[in-house]
Amino acid sequence: MFEAIAFYLFAFLTTVMFIITVMSKHALYSMTALAAGMIFISAFFFMLGADFLGAVQIIVYTGAVMALYAFGMMFFDSTRELKEKTTPSLLVFGLGGMAALLTVIIVAAPIVSGNITAAYPIVEGVGNTQAVGMVLFTKYLIPFEVAAVMLLVAMISGIVLAGKKMDVSLTLVEDDETSRLDTEKEKATS
Amino acid sequence: MDVAFIIETIIKIVVLLLVFSALAGFGTYFERKVLAFMQRRLGPMHVGPYGLLQIAADGVKLFTKEDIIPQNVVAPIFKIAPVITAATAFMAAAAIPFVPEFTLFGYTVRPIISDVNIGVLYVVGVMAIGLYGPLLGGMASANKWSLISAARAASVFISYEVVTGLALLAPIMLVGSLSLIDMNNYQSDGWMIWSQPVAFILFVIATFAETGRTPFHLIANDHEIIDGFGTEYSGMRWGLFFIGEYANMFFISFVTALIFLGGFGDGSLLGALALLGKVAFLFFFFLWTRAAWPDVRPDQLMWLCWKVLMPIAILNIVVTGFIVMF
Repeated sequence: MFEAIAFYLFAFLTTVMFIITVMSKHALYSMTALAAGMIFISAFFFMLGADFLGAVQIIVYTGAVMALYAFGMMFFDSTRELKEKTTPSLLVFGLGGMAALLTVIIVAAPIVSGNITAAYPIVEGVGNTQAVGMVLFTKYLIPFEVAAVMLLVAMISGIVLAGKKMDVSLTLVEDDETSRLDTEKEKATS
Repeated sequence: MDVAFIIETIIKIVVLLLVFSALAGFGTYFERKVLAFMQRRLGPMHVGPYGLLQIAADGVKLFTKEDIIPQNVVAPIFKIAPVITAATAFMAAAAIPFVPEFTLFGYTVRPIISDVNIGVLYVVGVMAIGLYGPLLGGMASANKWSLISAARAASVFISYEVVTGLALLAPIMLVGSLSLIDMNNYQSDGWMIWSQPVAFILFVIATFAETGRTPFHLIANDHEIIDGFGTEYSGMRWGLFFIGEYANMFFISFVTALIFLGGFGDGSLLGALALLGKVAFLFFFFLWTRAAWPDVRPDQLMWLCWKVLMPIAILNIVVTGFIVMF
């Protein structure tokens, strides 16, 4: 009974949060609803007994959405509503919704057949952290390593792109020094 | 799921909430007194004997003060931000074993609300959500100081979280479990601090950033940005931020004591008292540092975390890995 109550509660909350994320014109509402929705999703992992994935969901998305806030702070006055240039199209909305529903039905369809067997059944007597590790380092080793390499590539390119003037700390130089650096840069570019 | 279990859990939750909300009040009293003695002052002296009733006076003030929602703030976010800080602090406590098991009137009580087998990850992860309070409160406040404080909250968050995770990884590799009870039992023949001194120091530094205590008190630095995210808050909403911060300090002290300082040992009464003593010392250590150290700038914190602590943490993990393997 508790599982059913918890499931419907969190299903409702998650759906409402993501609807706010999409519908709201207010950047702060959207980002907060996104963060809340992502954290509420972890409840489903906890209900399924996948504690490890639930905790990882919380840790990963708190950090990820926090970075979005930093961008929101840089680009918008986040206390005001945003005037969007494009008006939302009902056709796109409807088709997008249909496509999402169809994907869920396609993925969930095998439930009806009843003769599903797990390709990698849960090993008895190990915690779910070990279970995740076993699958990750046997069956899914190559995708795991490729993902690691891709993250490394993204990190290095991020450092290269952002770190052009990292040898000078802008906080430590005096104000007139900063303007001197700017004029030097202008001279160099002209 | 029987009725006794449900009642037991609810009682545990209520006790936890009451005890740590009250401790937050006592925490402010201790903080004032300790800081005062270190600065050769007397601290609160006028309300009650040795100023003890100052806690009650503060409580009355917080509860009865008018709750002002200023113009131009984003009201729903502004209202919910303090609740996030306080609620996540107590949610994180669900996986912390506060004292060992004990028997009360023939009924065995396990003083942990839910012994999830990923305790450490859960506590650290949920505690990290607490920083959304300062972030949201700062961004919704329509105040320049608050906005600066929100930006600092984001920068603090991306600085310390990597260090916390990597510092904890080395002890986790040794224990082979993420449960705080397993971690405690692993240390029956020697505290973790002796086998993982580097991880201990890194974790303690990260806890100061996590709770926003003094060397890294930059989110709400009174002398630079007034009270940061708290500038526009008044009454109990500000009080909730406060309870969240102090509850976090206590909970992170419990986690540190359980992982590195032997926890409650074999589970006897002496062990339980020792755990409380360790937590008290770690809490005192927070105050001691506040009296002794200046604050750092946000860019210094980021430099410290990413360029100094993170490489040390990774080296520590590599060395631990070799030791575990051979």
